[in-house]
Amino acid sequence: MRSPFRVSSVVALALAQILGSGAAQAEEEIKIGIIYPLTGAAASTGLELKNAAELAAEIVNRATPGLDIPLAAGAGLPHLKGAKVKLVVADHQGNPQVGASEAERLITQEKVVALVGCYFSSVTVTASQVAERYGVPFLNPESSSPRLTQRGFKWFFRTTPHDDLFVTNFFEFLKDVEKKKGVRPKRIAIFNENTEWGSETAKLEEKLAREQGYAVVEKILYPAKSTQLTSEVQRLKAASPDLVMQSSYLGDAILSIKTYKDLGFSPEALLANDAGFNDSEFLKTLGKDGNFALSREVWALDLAARKPLVKQANDMLQARYQVNFNGNSARTFTGIITLADAIDRAGSTSPEAIRKALQETNIPGDRIIMPWKGIQFDATGQNVHGAGIIVQVQDGKYVTVWPFPLASKDVIWPMPRWEKR
Amino acid sequence: MTLTAELLLQTLASGLLMGLIYALVALGLTLIFGVMDIVNFAHGEFLMLGMYASFWGFSLWALDPLFSLPLTALGLFALGAIIYRLVVRRIIAAPMLSQIFTTFGLMILLRGLAQFLWKPDHRMVDRSLVEGHLSFGGVQLGTPQLVAGLGAVVTTVGVWWFLKRTRLGAALEATAADREAATLMGIDSQRMFALAWGIGAACAGIAGALLSAFFPIFPEVGANFILTAFVVVALGGFGSVSGTFWAGILVGVVEVMGGFLVDPAFKLVFVLSLFLLVVLWRPHGLMGKA
Repeated sequence: MRSPFRVSSVVALALAQILGSGAAQAEEEIKIGIIYPLTGAAASTGLELKNAAELAAEIVNRATPGLDIPLAAGAGLPHLKGAKVKLVVADHQGNPQVGASEAERLITQEKVVALVGCYFSSVTVTASQVAERYGVPFLNPESSSPRLTQRGFKWFFRTTPHDDLFVTNFFEFLKDVEKKKGVRPKRIAIFNENTEWGSETAKLEEKLAREQGYAVVEKILYPAKSTQLTSEVQRLKAASPDLVMQSSYLGDAILSIKTYKDLGFSPEALLANDAGFNDSEFLKTLGKDGNFALSREVWALDLAARKPLVKQANDMLQARYQVNFNGNSARTFTGIITLADAIDRAGSTSPEAIRKALQETNIPGDRIIMPWKGIQFDATGQNVHGAGIIVQVQDGKYVTVWPFPLASKDVIWPMPRWEKR
Repeated sequence: MTLTAELLLQTLASGLLMGLIYALVALGLTLIFGVMDIVNFAHGEFLMLGMYASFWGFSLWALDPLFSLPLTALGLFALGAIIYRLVVRRIIAAPMLSQIFTTFGLMILLRGLAQFLWKPDHRMVDRSLVEGHLSFGGVQLGTPQLVAGLGAVVTTVGVWWFLKRTRLGAALEATAADREAATLMGIDSQRMFALAWGIGAACAGIAGALLSAFFPIFPEVGANFILTAFVVVALGGFGSVSGTFWAGILVGVVEVMGGFLVDPAFKLVFVLSLFLLVVLWRPHGLMGKA
C-alpha cells in the first residue's frame, strides 16, 4: 500500500521541477514583439527592418567583442543573468487595424515585455494605443509623425527625430545652399502621398515655406496605390516649380520618377522625404534615373568614414543578409539596442521597471550607428538628441551632402534636365 | 497654374493610353464573367504573373518583354485553363458566396506564392527595347506607353474578331447566351469555360507584359489595377467586349483629366462617380444588354 505522503512528495517534486525549469527558462528568454509590414506594398521595407532587428538581437545575445555598442561585448543581458532576447515577429500588412490586433495578440498571448514598430506612422498610432492600454512599453524606432509623441502617452518612446525636425532641416539646408551657391528656389511644389505621414508633412512644409518667404505654387496629395501619376505630374509641370518636395513610399516613388522622365519634367531640385527614396530597392530598380534626387536621411553608409562603428555593424549585416544598412534599417537596429539596454538596466521584466529604465536612457552618440548626439528621452518619450542629414544620389550611390561639415561630396544643384543626362 | 492647350492635349493622350490598358485588363475579367457569371478576384494576380513572366524572361534570358509576349500569353492561357480544370470547374453550380471565396482564395494564394518565390522586392525591366518618348507637336508620349496602348488595341480587336468571326468564338458566345441550349447543340460547355478562362488570363498576361516596360513589378501590383478593372467591367456592361473597350478609355481619360484639372487627390472619386451615374441611368452598363 502506497503511503499518501510518498505520492504527494513525488508530485511536489515533479511540480517543483516543472516550475523551476519554467522560471529558469523565463529568464533565459525575454520576448520582444516587433510589428512590421511583412506583406503588402511595403513588404520589402518590412523585411529589411526585421532583418536589422534580428541582427541587433544577435549582437545582444552573442558576445561580440570589439564592437562598441551597448550590450555587444557580453552574451545576453548581464543584469538578467545573461538572459537572451527573443524577437516575436508580427505582420501588420500596412493596415492600422491589423497593427492594433497584432499588438494585442503579442501582449496577451505571446506575453512580450515590450513592443517595437511599426514603420508606418498610421500603424504606430493604433498599435501604441493598445500598448498604452495594457501598460506595456512601446519603442518606436522609425515613425516620424510629430503627433505620436504629442499624445501624452506614458508608455511610448521614440528614438528617431520626427518630421517637424526633418522639415526644419529642409529649410536650413535650403538656406545653406543659398549661402554657398547663391541659388534660392523661389517656387516650391509639395508632392506627398495622402496618408497621415504625407499629409501632415505637407501641412508643415507649407507653413514653414510661407514663413520663410518661398512661394508654394502647387500642393498635391495623391493616393500611394495609384496606377498612374500622370495627372499629378502634369499639374506639377503646369506649376513649373524650381524645387519639388516629395514624400513617397517605394512603389509610388519609382512610378513618379518614371513619369517625370516620360513627361520630361525637370525641376532644379527634387528634395525627397526619406522612405521610398531611401529604400535599397529604389536605386536597384531605377538605376541611373534615380540620380540627383536629394533626400533627407538620418543615416548614410558614407558616415562610416567618420564612424568606424558604422562600418563594423554594416559588415555584419552584409555577412548575414547581403544588404547594406539604410536609414530605415539602421534606425530599427538602434531601436532594438536601445530597448535591450533599458531592459538590461531595469534588471527585471516588469513593465514599470522597463519604462523607468527607458526614461533614464543615456546612450552617448559615439556608441550608436546614427549621426545623433546620443539617445535620451524627454517627458513625452521623444529622443532629444536626434538630427537629420541630407543625401544625394550621385553616380548611383547615396552620398552625404549636408550638413556641409559632414558632407562627403558637394551638392549638385541644379540637377541636369532629362534630355542632358 | 498655367493651362496650355499642349498640357491639356498631353494629359488627354496619357489618359487615353492608360485607358487602353485598363480596357485590356478588364477584357479578360468581363469575358470570364460574361461566359460563366463568375467574378474572378484573382484577375489582378494574372496581370502580376504576366509582369513577372516578362521580368524573368528579361533578366534570365535577356528577352525583351515584347518578344516574350507570345510566350507570356500562352503561359497564362495554359494557367487559366488549368485553374479552370482544377478549381473553378468544381464551383460552377455552387452558391455565389463559395465562388467568391474560391477566386478570392486563389488571389491570396497566387499573391503569397509570388511573394514567397520572388521576394516582396520591386522589380523593373530597365533596358526595354522600346524606350524614351515621341513628340507629336509638343505632346510628348512615352514610347512604352504608346506600344502598350497599341498592343491593347490589337489584343482587344483580336478577341472581338475571335468571338464574332470564328466558329469557336461563336460557340463561346452561344455558351454565354444560354448554356443548356448550347449544350443541346453539341457544344462542350466545359471546353468553352476552360477556353474563357484561358483567354481571360492571357489578356491579363498580355496587359502585364505591356505594362512591365514602364510599371514597377511586385507581388501586390494586381491590387492597384483590379478595382479600376471592376469599374470598367460594370461600366461597359458585364460581358460586352466593345463596351469594355470604350469604358476602359472613358475611365482612363476621366481619371487622368479629372485629377489634372481638379485635384489628384480625387482622381478615383471622378471614376467612381461616373460609375454611379451610369449605374443609376443604365444599370446594365454603357453597352450591356438588359
